[in-house]
Amino acid sequence: MLELRAITAGYDRRAPVVRGVSLTVAPGEAVGLLGPSGCGKSTLARVAALLHRPDAGTVVLDGTPVHRWRHRAPRDRRTAFGVVFQQARLSADPRLTLSDLIAEPLRATGRRAEAPERVAELAETVGLTADLLTRRPHEVSDGQLQRACLARALVLRPRWLVCDEMTAMLDASTSAALVAVVEDYRARTGAGLLSVGHDHTLLRRWCDRTVHWDDLRAPAPRPAEPVAAGHAPA
Amino acid sequence: MTCDAPAPAAPPSPAGPVWRSYGGKRRTTRTLRVRVSAALLAATVLAVLLVPPLVQLDQQAVDLAAKLQAPSWEHPFGTDDVGRDLLLRCVYGLRVSLLVGVAAALTATVIGTAVGAAAGALGGWADRGIMRIVDTVSSVPHLLLGIFIVAMFRPGVWPVVVSVALTHWLSTARIVRAEVLSLRSRPYIDAAVSGGASRWRVTVRHLLPGVMPQAALAAVLMVPHAMWHESALSFLGLGLPTHTASLGTLIQGARGSLLAGQWWPTLFPGLLIILPTLAIAGLAGAWRERINPRRRSELML
Repeated sequence: MLELRAITAGYDRRAPVVRGVSLTVAPGEAVGLLGPSGCGKSTLARVAALLHRPDAGTVVLDGTPVHRWRHRAPRDRRTAFGVVFQQARLSADPRLTLSDLIAEPLRATGRRAEAPERVAELAETVGLTADLLTRRPHEVSDGQLQRACLARALVLRPRWLVCDEMTAMLDASTSAALVAVVEDYRARTGAGLLSVGHDHTLLRRWCDRTVHWDDLRAPAPRPAEPVAAGHAPA
Repeated sequence: MTCDAPAPAAPPSPAGPVWRSYGGKRRTTRTLRVRVSAALLAATVLAVLLVPPLVQLDQQAVDLAAKLQAPSWEHPFGTDDVGRDLLLRCVYGLRVSLLVGVAAALTATVIGTAVGAAAGALGGWADRGIMRIVDTVSSVPHLLLGIFIVAMFRPGVWPVVVSVALTHWLSTARIVRAEVLSLRSRPYIDAAVSGGASRWRVTVRHLLPGVMPQAALAAVLMVPHAMWHESALSFLGLGLPTHTASLGTLIQGARGSLLAGQWWPTLFPGLLIILPTLAIAGLAGAWRERINPRRRSELML
């Protein structure tokens, strides 16, 4: 069970992006989080994947709160999550080949020996041919790179998947293929999924349950401010 | 739409094509600059490496009968005030200056990269503390600090290297820290953290390789600067002992004869400081253009 309890988070304590949001994902459940651009859903996804420390509130993972971490959550907690970001181009180290990219989490956790076998297996799962694996990110397309990023997210066999607009930059057939890979993985392992996006049709079809950002907000929402107000003198 | 026959080709105008591209011309200037710089640098390095073993002459040989001779075929650069051949002295001086320049630049870059990467990767209080130390050290004029360090040792090559290195890692540290901070906020670092990478691994595997081009460029640009510092320290009489030929000691020793109208003992060592400096700066400039983020396909946004 992944519980986000009254999360307040952001990049400036005085103006948090996420205010008092709670969300629960049951094991094996697929939750789609919908919301307009800039509302804070990506920040919430980062908090859920233990990549961003909330200013207030707790992330509870299987009944134990993940707390008291200053810069990074404990490693075994972090690696329970596989994360796929929106922009494959920015979420891949430009100096690593795709096979190194996919194997990197295994090397980082001291399981180097498994790497060749797992990389070959995952490359086949996500549909990457062997010649693509020796290329670097700038030599492949966005779709191919996102396939590699999904493979990297699955390589440690995470119990939770967090997809932050995974398909936003991709064409329809690649999106469908990647969603199929995620669904297949979940069917085999019973992993939970938090998928963030703004594509209602896709998320409604993909997930067991979709929630809209507005329904998660705390009772006292932040008053709507015109964009220019920040620049005007008080 | 009908498929017309291709329009007859425009007759080649005697004034050349209508479209003129300036891109090719600019590229040619750049190529020329790189080639000239590389040739100068190669000539300097070859002279430094080959002349001493090939010309079995003693650079310290004093010949008072031949003192202060103007450049001639026998002595292309002339002789100094005790009759030593200036070409040979200059080559030996360049040798010492380049050695000091390269050694000091490398040491300064290693220190600067380590400190900058530590500050950038640790962040928070550690970052603030380290950068305040950097600010404090850089608030002292660095030639003064260098003189202070040199004065603690006996004159020689290594004290000069230490002095120049210890006063020149600050700018590299700042550059590397800024680069690390900008790389640290990229999603691929998030992905590495999520994949279980420790802080050390993130720094060594993902951040440091990313700042290497900038650090190397800083190192290259540091070489001529360090050579200048060696010359300045020697000129002030603090660097190398006077009998050791270095470009700085050569110019310093020639001050008296310059006033008497003998220009060659000052001109040639001076030129040998300026030419490698310009050559290295020319190459580094071309390199900087290459690593310009806009031209790097892998980081195109």
